[in-house]
Amino acid sequence: MIEFTFWDILRNLLLAARWTVLLSLAAFVGGGVVGMIVLFFRIAKNKWSRRIASGYIALFQGTPLLMQLFLMFFGLPMLGLRIEPWTAAALGLTFFASAYLAEIWRSGVDALPRGQWDAGASLGLHYLQELRLIILPQAFSITRAPTVGFLVQLIKSTALTSIIGFEELVRTSNAINNATFEPFKVYGLVALIFFAMCFPLTQYARSLERRAAAQ
Amino acid sequence: MGYGLDFGWLAGATGAIARGAATTILLIVVTTLAGTFLSILGAAGRRNGPVLLKRVIGVYVEVMRNTPFLVQLFFIFFGLPSIGIRLDPILAAMLAMTLNMAAYTIEIVGAGLDAVPRGQTEAALALGLRPRQVFVKIVLPQALKVIYPALTSQIIIMMLESAVVSQIAVRELTYEADMLQARTFRAFETYLVVTMVYLILSMGLRRLLVAGGRRVLGAGVS
Repeated sequence: MIEFTFWDILRNLLLAARWTVLLSLAAFVGGGVVGMIVLFFRIAKNKWSRRIASGYIALFQGTPLLMQLFLMFFGLPMLGLRIEPWTAAALGLTFFASAYLAEIWRSGVDALPRGQWDAGASLGLHYLQELRLIILPQAFSITRAPTVGFLVQLIKSTALTSIIGFEELVRTSNAINNATFEPFKVYGLVALIFFAMCFPLTQYARSLERRAAAQ
Repeated sequence: MGYGLDFGWLAGATGAIARGAATTILLIVVTTLAGTFLSILGAAGRRNGPVLLKRVIGVYVEVMRNTPFLVQLFFIFFGLPSIGIRLDPILAAMLAMTLNMAAYTIEIVGAGLDAVPRGQTEAALALGLRPRQVFVKIVLPQALKVIYPALTSQIIIMMLESAVVSQIAVRELTYEADMLQARTFRAFETYLVVTMVYLILSMGLRRLLVAGGRRVLGAGVS
């Protein structure tokens, strides 16, 4: 039997935490890109386009992330792609994030006064220019706090990918726990590492909120 | 690709799915009641309690909000026995869900308490009500009315999050799905069906909560 010292445990957990960070970043960036597309559909003038986007958002916000990950994991092979925990995890979290980010940004677009659109139109801008130059920059800027807040939620959500076999922080901690039988210490450390990642972001989101409220 | 969808197994699986859904509903009912109660105590303590209590509640909220639910669940189920607290899977799940939900709803309830004008308390005290009566009869009902929509969302988020407790072998909806797919080898179809059950549950729960809120708290609740 191999002896694990405290430092062995911590070192292995920190090494595994890199994958948590990487997955969070990949899902945030991917979710941002797909979320933009969903946002375009969600605020389009066409009624059906808006309905489809609302349905997409309701679907992802109304079902457990764990189920979405399972469907990715077992559904991708049916499309002829190889089962790989990383792909399923990254894609699953990307779609999950896209629905939430689209909804957050949509609330920003809705919060802008109608006059912003009218002013854009009166300057002779067409729809895409209005969005790019006037609407979206303002919508992003007023939704910065909830966007950072969602990033915290996304980082915590990566823990679920351990269940479909992605080797991140929680999965590694399960393995270490099985070898050391010290669940109190191991899961306590895992919680601490997640806290160290999330708490600064939570504080940042809070300061953004305060700044927005002060304006 | 020679893979077609097959739902032939579904006829023999409705019992298991219904049992799982019933356990999920039980979990969320207990969590909602215990979590709301705990968060009312927590929010009141954070506003009017002694300094030490305020600190403890503050730390509790931050720790729960900045760590994953799955890790909290594992800590409670696998970690606590090593200091002599051994819990059934279902009790561990209820405890973890309640503690997790309370961390979010303490802030929600707190915001509601702040939204009630100070004059309400003063008027009630002037009428000779005791401080506890003022809180329970005057401030709290008004606060709950303000925060009801946020509370509803949190309950639904918690219901969806409860899928995770299948990992400590609580026989709820996701656990039954895991068992079914192991038996039928129809993983995608099984999870598809169960995902739809979750969707129906969450939509139904939202409707029920909105209707119940209108009834109990009066009109204007959405």
